[in-house]
Amino acid sequence: MPAIEPELQALKDNVLDMLALVRNQMIKCKEAIHKNDVSLAEEVIREEKNVNTQEIAIDRDCENILALYTPVATDLRLVLATLKMTNDLERIGDCAKSIAKFLEEDMKGLPKHWLKDFALEDMLETLVSMLKDMGEALRKEDTKMALKTAKRDEQLNDYNRKAYKTTAELIKQHPDSSKTLLTLFSLTRDLERAGDLTKNIAEELVFHIEARVVKHKKSK
Amino acid sequence: MKPIEAKNVNVYYGDNHVLKDVDITIKENSVTAFIGPSGCGKSTFLRTLNRMNDYIDGFRKKGKVYIDGKEIYEKKVRVEELRRKVGMVFQKPNPFPKSIFENVAYGLKIHGIDNKYEINEAVEKSLKQAALWSEVKDKLDKPALSLSGGQQQRLCIARTLAVKPSIILMDEPASALDPISTAKIEELITELKEKYTIVIVTHNMQQASRISDRTAFFYLGELVEYGKTSEMFTNPKEKQTENYITGRFG
Repeated sequence: MPAIEPELQALKDNVLDMLALVRNQMIKCKEAIHKNDVSLAEEVIREEKNVNTQEIAIDRDCENILALYTPVATDLRLVLATLKMTNDLERIGDCAKSIAKFLEEDMKGLPKHWLKDFALEDMLETLVSMLKDMGEALRKEDTKMALKTAKRDEQLNDYNRKAYKTTAELIKQHPDSSKTLLTLFSLTRDLERAGDLTKNIAEELVFHIEARVVKHKKSK
Repeated sequence: MKPIEAKNVNVYYGDNHVLKDVDITIKENSVTAFIGPSGCGKSTFLRTLNRMNDYIDGFRKKGKVYIDGKEIYEKKVRVEELRRKVGMVFQKPNPFPKSIFENVAYGLKIHGIDNKYEINEAVEKSLKQAALWSEVKDKLDKPALSLSGGQQQRLCIARTLAVKPSIILMDEPASALDPISTAKIEELITELKEKYTIVIVTHNMQQASRISDRTAFFYLGELVEYGKTSEMFTNPKEKQTENYITGRFG
């Protein structure tokens, strides 16, 4: 077994751990809304630093592998893909933190149906399920599964489009709450963006396994 | 004109079939690296390109090898003339036990050049091309063997250049050198390709990827894959190539 092999396996394991960490953050956001439990949102804010720490550790591992093992071909593509995936995951983690901060500060005083109107829980449900399947695709190195999972980001795009209309209508009805409503809309934008970032992870897996660049190409 | 073209080349040492149906065209003014595990036939193929295998017991060849469009195994070909055109640098620096000057002048003399002025000029030019002139210009009469390993190898390159070849074959030219000397040789190879066609056999994957424009991967006597180095080292087409360059061979 080449000396680089255990290093690459550790890299793959660490990315899966980071993905699980981020997914867990999103699950907690969803539960916080579902149970109207601010303490779960506080947990997400506290644990965000773990995601950042994991990103830095993986970046350092990639740097070491590049410097010490000079990987080529599939090994090189794995390291390059990992660098991008961890960046995507960290930004998904940031999205969880934004939601958690909003919930911590504003959830208690919010009219009950607003969170439903913006479908935040449904969006989180979709994203959590995408992250679960993406983790499975990464573990199996299954590019078909990854690309199929990535397509579900369209659901998040739809939710985000609807949220735009919802925001416009609610601002008309509650002009005094426009700041809160705009924040809610921006959270749906963040979740829509988290879907894009999850899609990026699928594209990075395709680059690693098949040496194909599929990003910036219109999906059929 | 294509400087090197091999068609359906098969080489045997007795019963041992060491090269199998090798077809390759090598571009001029480029560096081509031959890679592959020990015994894969890459050095044999390199030596086939200037008929260095001719005197090996049991050597037989089938197929055609063209240098500048001429079949080099035809009877009328003069091997000394071929080797002037297709120079070779070996793994271990092999200067003659003579002075630095004499080492470079040697090839010129055996090719009948006896004009002192012409020889002096050629020696200086070759040593400059081999990036050795500044280090030896004040001690040209000193023994070549007093030079360091890296300097000796550059001297051998100067000796090759002196007879004005168009192709230079290099068989692991830096494998016995330290990293600084290796870097100098690699820098030199990159400079020389502007005027020469260079083919290098190397076991050092990073060296192949650093200095070559195209790479040929040999395995068990077959040319498995040949293409642009940048593609071979990022996205090789053949699984065997990928396994070899990533160290997962066997």
